[in-house]
Amino acid sequence: MPHDHLSPSGHPYRADNDMPLTYWQCMEIAMRELLIEKGVTTTAEIAAQIDAMDARSPADGARVVARAWCDPAFRQRLLADASAASRELGFDIGALRLIAVENTQDVHNVIVCTLCSCYPRNLLGLSPDWYKSREYRSRVVVEPRRVLAEFGLTLPDTTTIRVHDSTADMRYIVIPARPAGTEGLDETALAALVTRDSMIGTGLARSPA
Amino acid sequence: MARPPLQVLDAAPGAPVRVRSFQPPGHIRTPHYLRGKCGVIERRLGPFGNPEQLAYGLPGDPLPLYRVRFTMAEVWGGKAERPDDTLDAEIYGHWLEPA
Repeated sequence: MPHDHLSPSGHPYRADNDMPLTYWQCMEIAMRELLIEKGVTTTAEIAAQIDAMDARSPADGARVVARAWCDPAFRQRLLADASAASRELGFDIGALRLIAVENTQDVHNVIVCTLCSCYPRNLLGLSPDWYKSREYRSRVVVEPRRVLAEFGLTLPDTTTIRVHDSTADMRYIVIPARPAGTEGLDETALAALVTRDSMIGTGLARSPA
Repeated sequence: MARPPLQVLDAAPGAPVRVRSFQPPGHIRTPHYLRGKCGVIERRLGPFGNPEQLAYGLPGDPLPLYRVRFTMAEVWGGKAERPDDTLDAEIYGHWLEPA
């Protein structure tokens, strides 16, 4: 009786994906099976890689930011070479080439990839769906202030916005400004204030409760 | 039509540059909205393989990659929300010329 397509919660059901495989899905399966058959990789290695990627989360980036807030020398190393600084904290970021850009009283940074959806997922985990949407990608370079306002972030006119379009080999993380009233907090407590959006630039770090 | 030979910019931070406005076919990582626009080198990166070759399984010629900073006024003209907000993008050396 699917006369409507709403669940009891009022949200639409996600369509089942029981249609035939697409061309590219077939290509991926064929390539994966060939690589396994030829001994280039194994099913266990592939599963381990998926697990490793799923284990990455914004909490990793938050630890990097919190360290930068607490340790001026680390902050300098992070701004000079964010990949090396992240590895220094023990994160396995693979081949990720990372640049950290820092928010200050006068400057707010926000990250986008207009050409596709490049994201520092080897540090922050998979990107949010909206980051990959055509709307975010096309609008934030044209009207960043309006887009940030829609995220609930209205910046004063005295703040300069720097939009970073990840068009090539580098990926970006924003170091949000350290919130006021956090002088007594340790690094773990500080990291809990650093949200995913604050590291993309569509939000700020939370204030302590 | 043959592509013009690669002319690769060699520039230092602060140098004024213009993004070339040619329109070659194929895989390009220079956004259309920046072609012909003038900016300033923010930093030099690389070398990185030319993505226009790598995309087709060819060895990529090593190229310098630049972060170029543009003002919103330069990119969007009178439609900019605030003229001195900026946009930084990574542009390979063969897509840039001195300005």
